[in-house]
Amino acid sequence: MSWTEDQPMVSIKNVHKSFGELEVLKGVSIDVMKGEVICIIGPSGSGKSTLIRCVNALNDIQEGSILVEGIEVNDKDLNKLELRKKVGMVFQQYNLFPHKTALENVMMAPIRVLKQNKAEVEQLARALIKKVRLEGKENNYPGELSGGQQQRVAIARSLAMKPDVMLFDEVTAALDPETVNEVLVTIKDLAEDGMTCILVTHEMGFAREVADHVYFTDRGVIVEHGKPDTFFDEAKDPRTKEFLSQIL
Amino acid sequence: MTYKPYQPAPFKTDLPVMLPASVKSGAGFMPQIKPWHGLLLVGVCLMTSSISFAQADATRDGIFTVLWRWMPLLLQGFIFNLVISVCAMAVGTAVGAALGLGQISPNGILRRFCWFVTQFFRNAPWLVLLFFAMFLLPFQLKIGSVTIPLPDWLKAIVGLSLPVMANVSEIVRGAVTSLPSGQWEAAESLAYTRRQTLWLVILPQCIKRMLPPWMNLYAILTMATVLASIVGVSEVMTLTGQALAAEGGRTDLLAPFYSFVLLIFFIYCYPIARWTVHLEKKYAVKG
Repeated sequence: MSWTEDQPMVSIKNVHKSFGELEVLKGVSIDVMKGEVICIIGPSGSGKSTLIRCVNALNDIQEGSILVEGIEVNDKDLNKLELRKKVGMVFQQYNLFPHKTALENVMMAPIRVLKQNKAEVEQLARALIKKVRLEGKENNYPGELSGGQQQRVAIARSLAMKPDVMLFDEVTAALDPETVNEVLVTIKDLAEDGMTCILVTHEMGFAREVADHVYFTDRGVIVEHGKPDTFFDEAKDPRTKEFLSQIL
Repeated sequence: MTYKPYQPAPFKTDLPVMLPASVKSGAGFMPQIKPWHGLLLVGVCLMTSSISFAQADATRDGIFTVLWRWMPLLLQGFIFNLVISVCAMAVGTAVGAALGLGQISPNGILRRFCWFVTQFFRNAPWLVLLFFAMFLLPFQLKIGSVTIPLPDWLKAIVGLSLPVMANVSEIVRGAVTSLPSGQWEAAESLAYTRRQTLWLVILPQCIKRMLPPWMNLYAILTMATVLASIVGVSEVMTLTGQALAAEGGRTDLLAPFYSFVLLIFFIYCYPIARWTVHLEKKYAVKG
């Protein structure tokens, strides 16, 4: 089964996920076309983080199907490495490797995992660090960088694998308010370059500005979705309205 | 006007959580061994010697003369203790590290097996393990036509490396599980294999967490090497006993000789303990 660009790059269909007795996802479906930016918003515990963790198989699902460029994620024989070469992920807590410098953090995976030439990788890594506006910080250790800077290194690290899809799991939630913006700008740059992005976020203004499509989840289901303008201005479902009124 | 240091006004509240944290927590007096405590040992050594000296009759050699005469042999014995401790530590660390990694293996059978071995040897008295090694291992091994003798000291190394192995296994497992799971997830999402994650991301970060408890274990092991005297290995304690016997069982020599043994162990182990504390403090901040 081969994937072509007219099909969704990520196709989530009727996904069910439970942690023991607790059912976190109760039949979620989302399609993401190449180059699209999708924002998933919703109250805590509504399953949004779980959902995107399922996309790169950090969590397994009990029922349904997730196709990433035609690769079925809900498959016992899934080649996780192949999947993860296509899907990059950035975490709330940055999760940089503290014993490596910023540059080494970015270079490690392409050299060790993709076995690419070191000189070429270094060139790419330096370009990526420049792209996330951290020139001059190449040789700093994560502990010497601010939260926002660490998060941008994490984005560069993920981009170094040249993924087709990027997942952002509440990447600004742990940041100081003044550094949130620098990370958002970086993501916006990426989106404008045509990167396919799935974001879980609490930044409504950002979602409205950048997203092609916004999904609102609550208690494991998608309550409402739409283009950002329609979604934010003309929400129909009472749960969405209540959430938006609390947060905006 | 005299300078008065700033003192906050007493703060009145019903909520204990609002009160400033007390600086003194727990016991006010924290005993800590300082280098000069070693002088106490020297003092004990000298004092026991001089008391014995006063009691000694003039026809026999003085305490210091006797101690001086035996000192080269005793130090030789002590070096043998160090050889045993270093070898047991090396063997125990190598096997224990493998066992510790086995304890976090995704393979359930291997994991349980390694856990069991670790728990078994960690909860056994060192002396019993030493006896087991002494009396269960043959005095020589025959592999084909080659005969390898197994002298007592080699068996002592095996016996002492067993508890070391189990403790190292726990140190490794503890250090690996103490890392935040985000490190595993980040590596996983960058398509690292489990093996790559372990060797490139997890273990390099664990080394500094493992170093202080590992050095602590080494100091304990060094002090435990004297157990080998019970099973007849000619290390420092055995030699001390033999030296005392050779001097005709003079009771006035007992205290000076054993004080001397105490002193050389202190001189060797104390710097290790200090360095461990130093490393613990150094790594405690960064985490």
